[in-house]
Amino acid sequence: MSKVSMVVGGSESTADVVSMTVNGKAVAKAVEGRTLLVDFLREDLNLTGTHVGCDTSQCGACVVHVNGKSVKSCTMLAAQADGAEVRTIEGMADGADLHPIQKAFNTHHGLQCGFCTPGMIMTAADMIARHGGNLDEATVRAELEGNICRCTGYHNIVKSILAANAEMHGASAAAE
Amino acid sequence: MSKVVYHDSAHKHVAGTATYIDDMPEPAGTLHAYLGLSDVPNGKITQLDVSDASATPGVIGVLTAADIPHVNDISPTGKGDDPVFADNVQFRGQSIFAVVATSRDIARRAAQKAKVQYDEQPFVLDVGAATELVTEPLTLKRGDAQTALTTARNHLSGQMRIGGQDHFYLEGHIAFAIPGEDETVTVHSSTQHPSEVQHMVAHVLGVASNAVTVQVRRMGGGFGGKETQSNLFAAVAALAAKRFNRPVKIRPDRDDDMIATGKRHDFLVDYDVGFDDDGRIEAVDATYAARCGNSADLSGPVTDRALFHADNCYHYPNVALRSRPLKTNTVSNTAFRGFGGPQGMLACERWIEEIAYKLGRDPLDIRKANFYGPGRDVTPYHQQVTDNIIERIVDELEESADYQERRRQVLEFNKGDGIERKGIALTPVKFGISFTATWYNQAGALVHIYRDGSIHLNHGGTEMGQGLNIKVAQILADEFGLGPEHIRITSTATDKVPNTSATAASSGSDLNGMAASNAALKLKTRLIDFACETYDVAREEVSFEAAHVHFGDRSMPFAAFVDAAYMARVQLSATGFYKTPDIHWDREAGKGRPFFYFAYGASVSEVTIDTLTGEYTVDRVDILHDVGKSLNPAIDLGQVEGGFVQGMGWLTTEELVWHADGRLLTHAPSTYKIPLASDVPRIFNVRLAEWSENEERTIRRSKAVGEPPLMLAMSVVEALSMAVASAADYAECPRLETPVTPERVLLAVERLRTRG
Repeated sequence: MSKVSMVVGGSESTADVVSMTVNGKAVAKAVEGRTLLVDFLREDLNLTGTHVGCDTSQCGACVVHVNGKSVKSCTMLAAQADGAEVRTIEGMADGADLHPIQKAFNTHHGLQCGFCTPGMIMTAADMIARHGGNLDEATVRAELEGNICRCTGYHNIVKSILAANAEMHGASAAAE
Repeated sequence: MSKVVYHDSAHKHVAGTATYIDDMPEPAGTLHAYLGLSDVPNGKITQLDVSDASATPGVIGVLTAADIPHVNDISPTGKGDDPVFADNVQFRGQSIFAVVATSRDIARRAAQKAKVQYDEQPFVLDVGAATELVTEPLTLKRGDAQTALTTARNHLSGQMRIGGQDHFYLEGHIAFAIPGEDETVTVHSSTQHPSEVQHMVAHVLGVASNAVTVQVRRMGGGFGGKETQSNLFAAVAALAAKRFNRPVKIRPDRDDDMIATGKRHDFLVDYDVGFDDDGRIEAVDATYAARCGNSADLSGPVTDRALFHADNCYHYPNVALRSRPLKTNTVSNTAFRGFGGPQGMLACERWIEEIAYKLGRDPLDIRKANFYGPGRDVTPYHQQVTDNIIERIVDELEESADYQERRRQVLEFNKGDGIERKGIALTPVKFGISFTATWYNQAGALVHIYRDGSIHLNHGGTEMGQGLNIKVAQILADEFGLGPEHIRITSTATDKVPNTSATAASSGSDLNGMAASNAALKLKTRLIDFACETYDVAREEVSFEAAHVHFGDRSMPFAAFVDAAYMARVQLSATGFYKTPDIHWDREAGKGRPFFYFAYGASVSEVTIDTLTGEYTVDRVDILHDVGKSLNPAIDLGQVEGGFVQGMGWLTTEELVWHADGRLLTHAPSTYKIPLASDVPRIFNVRLAEWSENEERTIRRSKAVGEPPLMLAMSVVEALSMAVASAADYAECPRLETPVTPERVLLAVERLRTRG
């Protein structure tokens, strides 16, 4: 990281140039050292699909992938992601083609107000990748403990994740 | 109709492209506001020194009560008891000033620098200690409860404490105001009640309502928490935007959102019940004390609705019910899904349960003995129940959930000295649909058809995830024989449909669906007139189907037909209006027909508790719920599932705790536990009563679905109670208070065992 001087809050201070790859694109920006990754994504890169729900890394609305692992981006500094590969909800679809998990949340009504949905999908993607075809309902429910939904009662979210898992790993996986 | 159609924004939600207010591009020069909150529960401010905050680099200004151009009040009832910035602080966490700065972070940090001194006064936190009322109480009476209580063969009396609940909408409060020319301002507000926000902003700024436009595209959840509580944030954003002539956004941190905004009322219910040897109730006398907080807000209608649901599904031959909306030095409690109804109903189910324990019977038998029925069909508010289907709902659920056999197995399981105990319960719901403020039962819609056949829809309801927009779009599309993809759903806006009611009381699709249907009727009448004149056909020969207009033996694509109508100068825009018929309410007399109809449902819950730790699991839940003829079964099932789980949270894990000094201690999800995916029932069978059809002429004979399912969660409480009661061989009703946390389960088991 290189140091640059910038105006922060009306007074000049130093800031770090943070470089990372976000959704396949290289980005480099000077940010204040204390900038959270979620603010960097939302404010500096205008990737507003990642939401802030609780501000304290509990609700999971801000989950993104950093080097392939799901991370709550409200608890990580942008500087900590320097040099990393970051993927957000905007990077899940292949052009106009939705990712199978996105399709499953749509098809199985895995959302109501939609605010938690991007975080849910990012957590689900990590979960499915780690467990492969061996994802069962109990595991999904246990691993969703870091993602809060206030609308759906989770029923259709769990269904969506299991359906996506089955879709991505063949019909042999436990879908229902 | 009755098709499964996805939520209109689903494809955007999964792609991260659905825009919430905080996602909107900020115009150049946008400022950010942050509230300064009080830190005493009662006291007049003697000194407010904001000089350090003002001097912070990046701070543009600090706004206090002195900066309000017109009225420092956002009270939704007009009582003048809800200041934007308090100078006589009434609860800890009350808004007293706002810092406006170039960034949210700067504003928030600067807000901590204010020095405030108070002339502190004694304060009251608990309903038990409170005596002052925030608003007029209600009494409902029928028959002679006092006499009947003395003559009844059996009698019980008790008290039940029912906890409150934080809304925990995932998107917290937010408002974004953009100043316009002259006195105008546009406010993007996360609110269920744009017209009230418009009115409040105009009131605070001292401008006419026509200078204020409020827009709502969507909320990230509302649940009642954004019915009146959005006023504060919208008023502050608009005030700052006009003052500095720059766009201003305000979004409290989650903790401040929980501290500074109202919640579900907690209640203390005192009851006397007389009943015969079959468990049939002869008299009920009950008082409903509610912690209303520092101001009236919606506490009047909330406590009224508690009384309206004190009967749930049961006939009380003699009844006297009183509300006590009490003032406390806590945040002003507000609307929350069910609006007092759940508290009224829960207390009722408590005494049904107690009667069962007194008589050594299954509570379900007592329920059945008391259901409304022929000759026993008048409520405590003198409305006749004419659409009662609770017996059929309960009978079908009892059968499909295999209740009797499973209850037998639970009783068997609980024999002996096992550490784990089980419980099972079946509880019904009857919920009155209509705003009890009768004038609120009106709605408007605005529909334009463009020359290419595409349709623009606007209505007075707001979308908070409940699927209102897709339901109204389906209704409209259906009228024209089109698919919902032909309808463009647009932001709720006070300059398109004026004088709207809050999207609340489960009324969204009932009211706005009808208004949209009314607009469609006007447009179709004009289009049919045009077809008759132009193509020389009779009115009854014209129909709208499969994206075509059919007349006589000919048909035209809808778009071509509409374009022909345009060329013939047919007006292709219409407003629609609807008001619920046949309802009236005389609050003074406690008599009337406040509800257009009732929605019904029932649930069976089975639980297992650990008697050594109090921990428990909800093993299985079966639900049969009545939505009339469903407008969209997928959306409705989602409401039932989500409502049940939210209700379960209210009654089990969600505990609000205040420190003795008035601080809310549970102000983040770290300490305030809403249900997680792992908490919900392992087996969850949810069905809609597909045979049901609203007897009243509602939109497509559907019924409201927003609130009623929340109360299905009452069966979890009673199942937990049964499991606890097994510790003393069911000799005594455990009288669990809510939320039934594991601690309460454990203490109740210990208490029963010690007594036994």
